[in-house]
Amino acid sequence: MSYPLHIVVCAGIVPDPLQTLEPVTTPAGPGLKNEMVLPAVLDPWAASALYEAADLAAKNPGSKVWLVSLGPKAKLQQVMMTVAQKVAFELVPIDGPIGGFPDAHSTAAVLAETIAALPGLDRGKLLLFGGWESATRGAGVTLQLVGERLGIADQFQGVDQIDLHEDGSFEVLERVEGGKHQVSVCAGAPAVLGWATGSLAEPRNNPQVGMANMRTIMPALQKAKAAKLDANGLRYVSVSLPKQQRETRVVKDRSPDEIARELAEWIGEEN
Amino acid sequence: MSTTVIPEEQAAPEIERQTMEVDIACAGFGPAMGGFLTALARVLSENAGDPAFESRAMPGMPLQVLCYERADDIAAGVSGVVTRGRAIRASFPELNPAEIPMAAEVKRERVLYLLDPVGASRRSLALRMADAALRMARVQDHAFELPWTPEFLNKHEGLILSIGQFNQWVGSQLMAGGQVQIWPGTPVSGPLMNGRAVEGLRLADQGVDKAGAPADGFMAGMDLRAQLTVVGDGPVGAVGQALDRALGLPAGHARREWALGMKFVIELPEGTELEPGTVWHTFGYPEPEIFGFLYVHPERLVSVGIFVPSWMGDPSRTAYRYLQHYIQHPALWKVLKDGTLRSWGAKSLEESGKHGEPFLSGDGFARIGEGSGSTNMLTGSGVDEAWATGTQLAEAVVELLRAGRGFTEENLKATYEARRRASWVERGAEEARNARNGFHDGMVKGMVGMALAGLTGGRFSLGAHIPPAYRQIRHQRPRLAARDAAELALADGRPLHDALMTARGWPEIPFDGRLLVTHQDALLLGGKVQAMPGFADHVVFLHPELCIACEDKTCVAMCSGQAITWGEEGVPAFEREKCVHCGACLWNCGQSPDGEHANIEFRAGAGGLHSAEN
Repeated sequence: MSYPLHIVVCAGIVPDPLQTLEPVTTPAGPGLKNEMVLPAVLDPWAASALYEAADLAAKNPGSKVWLVSLGPKAKLQQVMMTVAQKVAFELVPIDGPIGGFPDAHSTAAVLAETIAALPGLDRGKLLLFGGWESATRGAGVTLQLVGERLGIADQFQGVDQIDLHEDGSFEVLERVEGGKHQVSVCAGAPAVLGWATGSLAEPRNNPQVGMANMRTIMPALQKAKAAKLDANGLRYVSVSLPKQQRETRVVKDRSPDEIARELAEWIGEEN
Repeated sequence: MSTTVIPEEQAAPEIERQTMEVDIACAGFGPAMGGFLTALARVLSENAGDPAFESRAMPGMPLQVLCYERADDIAAGVSGVVTRGRAIRASFPELNPAEIPMAAEVKRERVLYLLDPVGASRRSLALRMADAALRMARVQDHAFELPWTPEFLNKHEGLILSIGQFNQWVGSQLMAGGQVQIWPGTPVSGPLMNGRAVEGLRLADQGVDKAGAPADGFMAGMDLRAQLTVVGDGPVGAVGQALDRALGLPAGHARREWALGMKFVIELPEGTELEPGTVWHTFGYPEPEIFGFLYVHPERLVSVGIFVPSWMGDPSRTAYRYLQHYIQHPALWKVLKDGTLRSWGAKSLEESGKHGEPFLSGDGFARIGEGSGSTNMLTGSGVDEAWATGTQLAEAVVELLRAGRGFTEENLKATYEARRRASWVERGAEEARNARNGFHDGMVKGMVGMALAGLTGGRFSLGAHIPPAYRQIRHQRPRLAARDAAELALADGRPLHDALMTARGWPEIPFDGRLLVTHQDALLLGGKVQAMPGFADHVVFLHPELCIACEDKTCVAMCSGQAITWGEEGVPAFEREKCVHCGACLWNCGQSPDGEHANIEFRAGAGGLHSAEN
């Protein structure tokens, strides 16, 4: 027995978080140095959501997965050449001037409007997926705001697992403090699930999946509507990036215990 | 019945595989493939309704052209280059370098001979005498600037490029057009062969263990069957190597000359006097055999690096440390010292030129770019030539499609090879054929030979017997034997190359954490070294007994990513998660099972160094 779902995944593209990212002030507000030079990737948190969506759809025949992504068309296209090989989805691209640190409210408005207008979308089957955070930017609230705008009250964040029941209800594991999960049972769609890492490995690249996706992705990209993000007079007080901490020393004549103790102290300093 | 030419250790051929029919299958996306796909896509776009360009693999559809690239992003090319850019400008007559990040038009060139300010460089008596004379003439900053740039080195009005950014710029346009598809993150393990004909490509198996045996999530690499297979996967690419093994090289040809190019991308300090478009060529330091370069990009970025050649016989070819000494040379340090290291990269260059040219085409296949021997080692130019060979093949493909003729060896020779032979690429290759011969007998003789060939258009050159790469490594015993140095390195907890260099009198590097950083830190700067899980090791030591007997372990010293280390019982250990895919191990192995090739195989592998600023 399966339960067909309509899963919409909101997934932004971000500069590869492992590149050198330096915040700078640009005429358009806070940005990243040489941002257009940096390779883009699907936001890793949202990528987890996409893989979970594809897995859930595969287990429930008749389901469909949309990937809604807002970003410069050229960058979207480049990222899709990698993502499209992994799982099947229909891309809904929005050609936007994304860069730096866009306003979550404006972004959510554009996403919600686009999702509401998706042809054939059945709200009664809708699960709205996304990352609960962003690897390189975002206030961690965009997905909730999209849900609010779509009038979806059941929202779960930091999700690591979903188990769908035969009646369409589902059980969700959300991350809570202390490395534990909170277990919730939801009556069914529509619902918003902001994913943490989930439990699935990154799918293998499958050229046939890529070819099948590409038949719809390229036309969709060519027809992508342009969206302007309105900052609504927003003023940025500060922005920051997750920092890569690295401190290398060559240490001699120290026992493993001593080194471990120092490492523990160093890690403790970060808290 | 087709057979595949892939390493036997990988998945057994009886494994059931998915098959996909395409028209043109391409391996590797670099400048050569960029040229090929750009020229081909342009014709396909302008003649969308022409039945000549209808797919045979998928009737009713346009020509199906698919390109597979190992790296996870097409911007992951590792090279900063200066090129005359003739072929690139021919493809883009309105090219504005400002449209390509990090691109600049060449404005000023200098050639500098660098003296040794440290005293650790291994210089011959003749060179030491020349150095003494120059010092008496009071040269500034231990560098003597040649009064002119020889014409064969001149790149005036050419382009300084980041190949990563250039590839991204080209690839974006190609993908936006939709006539061709480029799939990154997908290594190709080898060609599908039927006798001497190529019938497509096999993608690498996924979900395998280190040795290639099926493991969790196994997915057999797909077979792509194609009328034409275009091989542009570079000098260490798996497809090109497999073809060389299967077909051999033309009589008298051999791939014996290599170099490792390693470079930093440095952000210059505010107020720098170096203007975008500035090019320095250097020679003489840190060792006489090591050439160097400095290219200034826009926005205060500079690529600065060295080439460590195979003919530098010494087994301690320790490029990273040499590069650190290079940038500290007074002539460079005065412009770099307050800069910040942004990224780092390394790549093998196949420097045999015409001597290493493989069969350029055959039934169902054609080879383009550096792996086809197109690099001109007199002018030190490869990108322009590679791009040109790609466009020549595209013109040939269009001609054959329009004529309804198949991609047979005969037809490809008459179209692609004929174009290449009649072009400036071939003329340049002939001029350069023996230009570097003298270097095998020392730097002074090498410079004389290079000047002789360069100034006479290749009519005169020095003769040479060039041994296989493994025999170019001199198995000599310097003051401190390699084994002793290695034991010192192990005991001291430091990388082998550091111990070797220090033992030879090179000063310690004064790490500052900003411009002078450890090799391990450099691996994490400005990018990432990444290896997707589920692929087999792509560096394989074929005969353990040869490794055990090898005392030099040049593979360890030369490994750009410190991915090859001393292993247990004398066989080096390989960590694919640290490999930058420079391919240096392929020609830095001092042992050979067959008298020609290395005891190391460099196979298809995913990942590598992903740095956008290279």
